[in-house]
Amino acid sequence: MAKKIAVLGDRESVLGYRTLGFVCRCASDAESAERELKALAKEDFAVIYITEQLACLIPDTIAGYKDCPLPAIILIPGKEGSLGIGMKGVHDAVERAVGADILG
Amino acid sequence: MATLNVNPTRMELKRLKGRVTTARRGHKLLKDKRDEMMKRFLEIVRENKRLRIEVEKALTDANRGFGIASAVMSPETLEQALMCPTKSVELDVSYNNIMSVEVPEFSFSESDGKGVYPYGYAFVSGELDDAVDGLSKVLPSLLRLAETEKSAQLLAQEIEKTRRRVNALEYVMIPQLEETIRMITMKLDENERGNLTRLMKVKDMMIKEQLQKKK
Repeated sequence: MAKKIAVLGDRESVLGYRTLGFVCRCASDAESAERELKALAKEDFAVIYITEQLACLIPDTIAGYKDCPLPAIILIPGKEGSLGIGMKGVHDAVERAVGADILG
Repeated sequence: MATLNVNPTRMELKRLKGRVTTARRGHKLLKDKRDEMMKRFLEIVRENKRLRIEVEKALTDANRGFGIASAVMSPETLEQALMCPTKSVELDVSYNNIMSVEVPEFSFSESDGKGVYPYGYAFVSGELDDAVDGLSKVLPSLLRLAETEKSAQLLAQEIEKTRRRVNALEYVMIPQLEETIRMITMKLDENERGNLTRLMKVKDMMIKEQLQKKK
């Protein structure tokens, strides 16, 4: 089944992704980000990329989608560069599965 | 370890023995499942980490390009240049089964337009070209990242669940059942001994009675 890809972030960060054919949504504060994310998840999107800057405002909403197969919510660095939250997510997954962070 | 609250009867003993065998078998199976899942998970998560480093670097570079482009161009021109994409991406989602965990697998198809640049070269700066080019190059990795990261999250959840079950069986369920079985066996043995002594006592009394009659 054909699905779409969305990018959620602030205006300048998501601008470029439009050239890839992604659907871009803008949000600037926690409230609108949460609203947009929930709307996107209900629609036909398989992957939602969200900038780390926005993601750190709504960690609970994102954690809620962690255990469902779709959509995959993936953090990407925004225009201010990487905050390391995305990498922390990888280490969190390891810690959850193994009991200790063994990736180093 | 607290024992289960059951009647110390033979029937109960037989039932508990059945349960402990099942629990042991379940424990072994779950442990094997956990070990295999852990192996797969570590492979996926290493790949995930590698992809994330790669993608984050590429995206930071692309963002820097867009930053410079937006500095030299007016926001309206930039907006206009990127407004109509030449291509669209469609994602095909299929499911892959890793140790009975359904993980999504993405394969994408681009409807190919005329090159990656959705704009004429007249009014835009060169930095934008680089940024757009960089973004389109990182696209396959970006999708792979989505796939592996989601798989890692789903597997982590399943492993956590399985580990809990394994531990519950190993440290709670099985010791409790064994303790209960021991308690019942001891109680039954005690009854048996009590019965035996009572019989011996009665026999003694009968013999004594007979001896007195003879006298």
